[in-house]
Amino acid sequence: MAAPDLRTDAAPPTPAPLPTGRGIELVLLAFAAVLVTSALVLVEANQEQELTRVLVFVGLAYLGLFTIAHFAVRKFAPYADPLILPCVALLNGLGLVMIHRLDLAEIDQALALGRSAPAELIGRQIAWTAVGLALFVAVLWVVRDHRTLARYGYTAGFVGIVLLALPGLLPSSISEVNGAKLWIRVGPVGIQPGEFAKILLIVFFAAFLVQKRDLFTTAGRRFLGMELPRARDLAPLLLAWGLSVGVLVLERDLGTSLLFFGILLVLLYVTTERVSWMLIGLAFFFAGCVIAYQLFGHVRVRVQVWMDPFADFNNTGFQIGQALFSLGTGGVGGTGLGAGRPDLVPFAESDFMLSSLGEELGLIGLAAILVVYLVLITRGLRSALAVRDSFGKLLATGLAFALALQIFIVIGGASKLIPLTGLTLPFLSYGGSSLVANYALVALLLRISHAARAPLPRRPATPLPPIAEAGTELVERPR
Amino acid sequence: MNTPVRRVAIAVMVMILLLMSNLTYVQVVKAGDYRNDPRNQRVLLAEYSRKRGQISANGQILASSVETDDRLRYQRQYSDGPVYAPVTGYYSVIFGSSGIERASDSVLNGSDDRLFGRRLSDLITGRDPSGGNVVLTIDPNVQQTAYDQLERKGYTGSVVAIRPQTGEILAMASTPSFDPNPLASHSSDQQTAAWKADNNAEPSPLINRAISETYPPGSTFKLIDTAAALSSGRFTPDSQLTAAPRITLQGTNTTLENFNGNACGTSATASLRDALQRSCNTAFAQLGADLGEQAIRDQANAFGIGQSLSVPMQVAPSTIGDIPDTAALQQSSIGQRDVALTPLQNAMIVATIANGGQVMAPYLVKEVQSQELDPVATTEPDRLGRAIDPSVARTLTELMVNNENSYSGAGKITGVQIAAKTGTAEHGNDPKNTPPHVWYVGFAPADNPQVAVAVLVESGGDRNDLAATGGAVAAPIGRAVIRAALGGGQ
Repeated sequence: MAAPDLRTDAAPPTPAPLPTGRGIELVLLAFAAVLVTSALVLVEANQEQELTRVLVFVGLAYLGLFTIAHFAVRKFAPYADPLILPCVALLNGLGLVMIHRLDLAEIDQALALGRSAPAELIGRQIAWTAVGLALFVAVLWVVRDHRTLARYGYTAGFVGIVLLALPGLLPSSISEVNGAKLWIRVGPVGIQPGEFAKILLIVFFAAFLVQKRDLFTTAGRRFLGMELPRARDLAPLLLAWGLSVGVLVLERDLGTSLLFFGILLVLLYVTTERVSWMLIGLAFFFAGCVIAYQLFGHVRVRVQVWMDPFADFNNTGFQIGQALFSLGTGGVGGTGLGAGRPDLVPFAESDFMLSSLGEELGLIGLAAILVVYLVLITRGLRSALAVRDSFGKLLATGLAFALALQIFIVIGGASKLIPLTGLTLPFLSYGGSSLVANYALVALLLRISHAARAPLPRRPATPLPPIAEAGTELVERPR
Repeated sequence: MNTPVRRVAIAVMVMILLLMSNLTYVQVVKAGDYRNDPRNQRVLLAEYSRKRGQISANGQILASSVETDDRLRYQRQYSDGPVYAPVTGYYSVIFGSSGIERASDSVLNGSDDRLFGRRLSDLITGRDPSGGNVVLTIDPNVQQTAYDQLERKGYTGSVVAIRPQTGEILAMASTPSFDPNPLASHSSDQQTAAWKADNNAEPSPLINRAISETYPPGSTFKLIDTAAALSSGRFTPDSQLTAAPRITLQGTNTTLENFNGNACGTSATASLRDALQRSCNTAFAQLGADLGEQAIRDQANAFGIGQSLSVPMQVAPSTIGDIPDTAALQQSSIGQRDVALTPLQNAMIVATIANGGQVMAPYLVKEVQSQELDPVATTEPDRLGRAIDPSVARTLTELMVNNENSYSGAGKITGVQIAAKTGTAEHGNDPKNTPPHVWYVGFAPADNPQVAVAVLVESGGDRNDLAATGGAVAAPIGRAVIRAALGGGQ
């Protein structure tokens, strides 16, 4: 459903120049810009604002940033997938529009209560977008071949663990925001190192698993028609599990914990192609859930709120209850951009961006946003299918699935499908670290998709080996 | 490695599908529950954020929504709240609404079909719909006079003034009244406090006595007896009726006597004209029994009694009650027993006489205006039927002129001939020891009626004694209201 551009399937390379898809990307980016501009104008119209300086600033900044991004892709990854960047641009743009809209609500309220107008978030978010796109360009520029990353697998793993653990070990005054110790705050600037750790750990696990692949595929005993892994090969799984529990204990953050465990489990499954890993992992997961429920008060509260948010509406259930009111009031068609009251939900611009969008754009708008995410993710997975090396496959799958799982956890949490956890919606929510890290993630996906679609320099016109040998392709080992 | 990647892709699609299904559940299936949950402030905020239309009368704005700088964007304001409260009603987001605020809500909130064009453009542009405006038939001058007359002396009562030719309601006052402003407050505490105070006050200020309460009409009902008598063709103003100071109700031992036990004049009989002027109970009890229940009932129904009315607020139906036997008929004929009229109904009766016998439907909404104050609908006067022949109406007018000229009491207007009837109605469980409700109904000028009024003052008004009469307590109010309606000062 998400792939109109069929050319990305790796057809046997021919001497004729391959279409790069950059023209399509430019057209789609322009379309995203039109959508975002219309949304911005609608917000202004509904808020009975004049066409303000902010509007022009936001519009120009948006246009400028993505023009630069487009040309960077043209230069550094000309064969990259043409749908990924427009999807990201659209999501980022809608996020900016909604943040601006919530700014207006904040200002309204501040004026009503006789306070001075609060600082607008939109400027900071645009600045973060610029930083994100700078990192995006830098990643495309520095990482000319994603396979080089495999060489730095252990380094990435070490840095990743440090980044992940750091906020948990730092004093709460620096790291704690709203009960979760996820931050490193120095002065006015705060970052969530976990967002970057996510990518680094995916790089590490991809490199590690490709390197040790043979170990995990060694057959153990068969049980119920599945090949169980040998007990000693469970080490990486235990490591992943330990990591997640560590995050949960040290940082009191359910969402990040769940995210890491899910990503690592999927990477393990893709490496070994064994469902048994999955099932064992899930068993670990549920065991972890039960233990966490028993041990941690905040986990119990989350679960109780999930079961019935209205039982303690004015206290623990307030956020999710308000989010449900917001979504319900939006209904199918939404109230229209700028015409609802999404600001009644706490953290409307970050954790509950979903309900803000759902109230004003309705189910129709949310479905469209989910489809855009789905296109983004499936293009990432398609690159994983098409790229020729195992490390690239694992890396692309990990990155794409990280997006998917994060979306599932956030949207599911905000709409009461699963217990609520504090994570941001990639590209939509306000938050610098998430935005910047996700741009790095997308740059890597584009890099891999470039490798998948670019004509082969060294093996021109060689027909691919038959399917029977597909699993035994040559992999350049990290030196 | 590709097979597991494909499976991951399928898993991702399943995850997105799960999210989509859950969102559909939340935003479609449960949407109504969430939207209408009392803890969901959005509906309340939406009510306040919509610019509700204004209610005006003769260029004077009675209720309007003005922009505020607090987060509830519009504040409902009532100028001269208590004066117009029986008409405008209140508009409380917590406690609901009443009066025109309720009856014309679809216009005021903008959802009325007559405002469809604007709604369509709101829909396309996504603009907040604003409401249409309602222009009332009320004459602010008359309304103010009516309210002041009742309020000044602390009466509990009601005044209704109607333009006889059209049925336009020129005044509809009810006292004690309330101020709708605090009930529209943005502070829910203030709303609640005002609501409690209004509900605990005795007599209740929230009741619109003009249309929601029925009272025994007493002697004013004799107009209906007279109309029935004249219409029957068997009676003229000169027909002779008994002048006995008291009679025994047929088939009982109960006596029915005239006011103060007086005989009706000095002769053994009195003419219908004199009996009406002196309001002799015995004469009308005899007349009623003579005419029969059906004639009285038919005549009452022809004047609109028993009919369901909306002005556009729903009017409590007036009734003459069950009349099982002649004794009951005799009592009912003097407007007692189970006869109960709203002040509006009593005003309608005199308006009909003033209008030559043609019953006009009373109404309050003169015009519906769009958001831009362009008229979108004008109310056409509605004929409800004919109650009496024009000749009977003329004769009745003569008799009522005769009444008025015999009444003492304050407030006579020089140069204006009023046609009227007073009433003093017993009520309660111990009627002989309870101050009576007093009435004054009439219209003027008699030869070219411009206004018909009904005045009711509960329990004798300030006199608060058993001797209170319509002529002494209610008549001055009626005359002041007539003077205001005819363009005079107070």
